[in-house]
Amino acid sequence: MTVSLALLVPMAVLYASGVYLLLEKSMTRVILGILLIGNATNLLLLMMSGPAGVAPIADGKEPGAFSDPVPQALILTAIVITFAVSAFLLALVYRSWRLAQEDEVQVDEEDVAVATRDTQAAEEPDRGEESSEVSAPAEDPNAPPPAEDPNAPPPAEDVFADEESGDAAELPGVDGVEESTGDTEGGR
Amino acid sequence: MSAALPLVPLVVLLPLVAAAATLLLSRHEHAQRWITLGVLTAVAVIGVVLLIEVDANGPLVMDVGGWPAPFGIVLVVDRLSALMVSVSAAVLLSVLLFSVGQGLADDDDDTPVSIYYPSYLVLSAGVMNAFVAGDLFNLYVGFEILLIASYVLLTLGGTEARIRAGTTYIVVSLLSSVLFLAAIAMVYGATGTVNMAQISERVADLPAELQTLLHVMLLLAFGIKAAVFPLSFWLPDSYPTAPAPVTAVFAGLLTKVGIYAILRTETILFPTPELNEALLIVALLTMVIGILGAIAQADIKRMLSFTLVSHIGYMVLGVGLGTAAGVAAAIFYTIHHIVVQTTLFLGAGLIERVGGTTSISRLGGLLKASPVVAVLFFLPALNLGGIPPFSGFIGKLGLLEASVAVGTPLAYTLLGAAVAVSLLTLYPLARVWNLAFWRPREEVADYRSVLTAELDENPFGDSQGGKRALSRLMIGATAGMVAVTVGLSIAAGPLYDLATRAGADLQGTSRYIEAVLGGDR
Repeated sequence: MTVSLALLVPMAVLYASGVYLLLEKSMTRVILGILLIGNATNLLLLMMSGPAGVAPIADGKEPGAFSDPVPQALILTAIVITFAVSAFLLALVYRSWRLAQEDEVQVDEEDVAVATRDTQAAEEPDRGEESSEVSAPAEDPNAPPPAEDPNAPPPAEDVFADEESGDAAELPGVDGVEESTGDTEGGR
Repeated sequence: MSAALPLVPLVVLLPLVAAAATLLLSRHEHAQRWITLGVLTAVAVIGVVLLIEVDANGPLVMDVGGWPAPFGIVLVVDRLSALMVSVSAAVLLSVLLFSVGQGLADDDDDTPVSIYYPSYLVLSAGVMNAFVAGDLFNLYVGFEILLIASYVLLTLGGTEARIRAGTTYIVVSLLSSVLFLAAIAMVYGATGTVNMAQISERVADLPAELQTLLHVMLLLAFGIKAAVFPLSFWLPDSYPTAPAPVTAVFAGLLTKVGIYAILRTETILFPTPELNEALLIVALLTMVIGILGAIAQADIKRMLSFTLVSHIGYMVLGVGLGTAAGVAAAIFYTIHHIVVQTTLFLGAGLIERVGGTTSISRLGGLLKASPVVAVLFFLPALNLGGIPPFSGFIGKLGLLEASVAVGTPLAYTLLGAAVAVSLLTLYPLARVWNLAFWRPREEVADYRSVLTAELDENPFGDSQGGKRALSRLMIGATAGMVAVTVGLSIAAGPLYDLATRAGADLQGTSRYIEAVLGGDR
């Protein structure tokens, strides 16, 4: 089967950019990626119908000269389905934006709970009264990566110390050492 | 021509028409409910009639629009299709009763009434269409119908958790659909047809590499839908957030449609054994990794989702063995698993009702609080674990016998893994039993009864306790499903024979091809 280069190159480009967009975290780009991949697949279907011919069932033509109508019917169905799904996805993203003011796919909270539970369980035995914030704050996977700036505002532990234990905040000098060791353990 | 032939398109047509009707009647909830109930009952009856007819007289083939087979669209009902249609319709009906009982339709703000029944009916139509499809593209359309309905059901009410879970689910499903469509395009390019019987005739003439490529593409697309490891990551992430009945029907049916498609691919489209070993390895990984995931979970619904993934491995094992006995065992196991997994998710829905949560660390004393729920959870849990008198045991025994019959080292490895995974399945289920049912309520660390929890949220409101009580219909629907699981165990002999005949139908492509394309009809 010979394939027209004019169809093959756009298909490859559409697949490549579609996959690239699909791997982004922003939902809007994911939708654009899905649309591109869908169209690339439609082009693939069109290519599979062989060389272009005259309109089928046109009067007075040889059947051999016809374009294959089946893939075109399939493409039409696929286009309608992609259209419906895109409309649904757009509504979904809009709803997600209304709820969370966030265009990115969020990490599942239960997954985070399961992933961080073991470290907490391991600490349970020696988790005495002395320092109440042994369980290091679970890293928030949605948070932006930590800044490398040495002059950055106070590190996050202070915030958690204030929230989770009054003692630590009152006696920073005494608990300071334990705090840091506790954190390194918890971080593993 | 058989007298039952006109019934074939009805299994798809009735739910679709009813969906349109219920959408028009969106303000009349009673009418919606009765239409849905009536139509699904009718489909279940038709399924059984088709099953009896097909078992006696051979496959029914319907040329839609009167166009003869290779040119028009065909609907094919053989024993496997009829079996799947009947069981699915029964499951859809029980889950519908459960959701009516739960008052999903009226007193839950998260779930708007008017679109629930239409989406549910469209989902049914999609599932049925996939089961009776005689060509690949119609199978694709069936998948799309059920997927789009499932998107709506999964994100029902549009709460934040459901939107988040729905996003993952939709993107992954879309990817698998695109893969499937691309595979169809390639199959059409290679064979010039999308009719499964005709593909089966022509595929043997293709170069071996091209065959492998098409085969792998189809299996990848179906593997995502069936949640076969490593393509299963999306399932435990997205199922648990949906309303209990929706999760139950998804868990029971949607992955099994994928398994059904894999069965058809392996037996009719590509009967060659070239990928069987790969399937067996994938089955092994699915079983083991799925159950390890289940052990790590503290939430009942998530735990059940992981056992679902794990037990998909058993069905893939049966298919991967590539023998008639393996396929028969896989069919029986699929039927068993549809019913049992749905029942367990309904049981989880009951637990959520009684205990206010599905997290086992916060549940306790349920055995005293509600012995009925305990029984309704215990029986299917034993069944899933494969305890002897139940159908789970019979299905697993069939799979093990088929593995022994094959006798390669890989088959024996899988045999060992299947036994081990079956034991491991009992562990998370026993933990649920120990913590949620047996543990006295006083031992739960931060126990909050449903009533106090509601008082905390809404101190000045009226007591909602009565509303949260178990309705008789929910119990009845779940008890009905439990009765079906027990019935499957009692009637296992005839059912296994039927599964064996269905499996035998799939051995050797000539019968299917003759039924669809054969000359004088």
